[in-house]
Amino acid sequence: MQKYSLFSLLNGALHNHENWKPAWRSPEPRPAYDIAVIGAGGHGLATAYYLAKDHNLTNVVVLEKGWLGGGNTGRNTTIIRSNYLRDDSIAIYELARSLYENLSTELNFNTMFSPRGLLMLCQTEHDVRAMRRHAYAGRNKGLDVKMLTPAGVKQLVPLLNCSAQARYPVLGALYQPRGGTARHDAVAWGYARGASRRGVDIIQNCAVTGIRREGDKIAGVETERGYIRANKVAIVAAGHAGQVAEMAGLRLPLESLALQACVTEPLKPCLDVVVMANTVHGYISQSDKGELVIGGGSDAYNNYSQRGSFSSIEHTITALVEMFPILARTRMLRQWGGVIDMTGDRSPIISKTDVSGLYLNCGWGTGGFKAIPGSGKVFADTIANDRPHPFAEPFGLQRFVTGRLIDESIAAAVAH
Amino acid sequence: MLIICCPICGIAGDEEEFHYGGEGHIRRPASHNASVSDEAQRDYLYIRENPRGLLRERWLHQRGCGKWFHAVRDTVNQEILLVYPITDPPADLEKLEAERAKRETA
Repeated sequence: MQKYSLFSLLNGALHNHENWKPAWRSPEPRPAYDIAVIGAGGHGLATAYYLAKDHNLTNVVVLEKGWLGGGNTGRNTTIIRSNYLRDDSIAIYELARSLYENLSTELNFNTMFSPRGLLMLCQTEHDVRAMRRHAYAGRNKGLDVKMLTPAGVKQLVPLLNCSAQARYPVLGALYQPRGGTARHDAVAWGYARGASRRGVDIIQNCAVTGIRREGDKIAGVETERGYIRANKVAIVAAGHAGQVAEMAGLRLPLESLALQACVTEPLKPCLDVVVMANTVHGYISQSDKGELVIGGGSDAYNNYSQRGSFSSIEHTITALVEMFPILARTRMLRQWGGVIDMTGDRSPIISKTDVSGLYLNCGWGTGGFKAIPGSGKVFADTIANDRPHPFAEPFGLQRFVTGRLIDESIAAAVAH
Repeated sequence: MLIICCPICGIAGDEEEFHYGGEGHIRRPASHNASVSDEAQRDYLYIRENPRGLLRERWLHQRGCGKWFHAVRDTVNQEILLVYPITDPPADLEKLEAERAKRETA
């Protein structure tokens, strides 16, 4: 495996860049593995990576229906933050955010993590109260978050219409200076390369068509390329987690919805923080290429089509144009949708199941990208030791029976 | 964008006129049996069909006649196969699927 460095780049330049090798292997699937991970998105690949790195479990296969990172990992708006309300959420999201800080070095792959600062705007009195509560909750757990006044917001985001006459007035913001963005594909590719290098097999274009059980124990998975025996199976299939779990006879507390995003034509640098306006269902940041990356609210109804409703995206753009009048004539380059898996309390499911050897990591809904490193780390630990990692324990399936929900409907930030 | 035809007032409108009510025909267990297990209560509150395909669901004609009704919609291609009154029993999905297949081959 090639190590990427300034030297390898110069060497590549001398050889007309014809000597680069594939970043991960594409082997034939073997008939049996210790662990099969279903889904090669960010969470699945991070899980495989940490299984290999932290637990020395390398007899692992990652099975992917389409191409690596082609689902929600490649469709989100790349926002990273940990400004949640509940202690359980703050623990896992902040673990993920802090891992992002050194991820490029750790993976020897430039994930372009940019902790440029993130604002959640307050545009109603109710927002101000809710965000202040989030700020206190975060500071209580040692998070670097604080409230900004409207003047403070204007200083960070001069483009924003902060006038008292604005249709959506700015009354303040919850600010996380170390929140930001990263290159979403690079996160998937970096984890894939790191996992592959440690011996994990990644099989693309290989849908799982069935899960075999022997009584209450997992036996293996049927795939498009034959049956693969596995002692443990981990389902990390986001919007399609429900379909995969059904193959093992499980019904999940999930609903799949479409969530859309779009990008504008590239502009000169004009916005150097991430701005989230949750009340009007829009969030915006500027990519390194200059495009404004815009996300909106999810559609109301169950949807597997990976393209959302026109009325949702219109709603988002209408609101953003009110807030950033200067962008009114900016043209859109492209628009797309992803299938998100929503739980009732807007918190993820990281859990063992009633089937011995079957594990679930799903329900990340509108905000899974930010959690990838933390999710992979605690899920790998959960699988390796066959017991919930302390950070994963509150997120088990059991919470829907006991009623101990982790309500993050405000912090999840996207309207649904 | 969905174009939905309300079976009560007979007027068709786009989805902005309607409000989504989620999966249809969910029965509240405590209405039929006073002692309900935690698992049954979980199923009622959180477990959903969430199919990739035909789903029986509820809609409210919010900016129209104001009535609730049922619809059967394909969650992949968004085709609405049937709308029917809120008090009707669950639609037969296999039959609707067969009829659709017949239409497409015809």
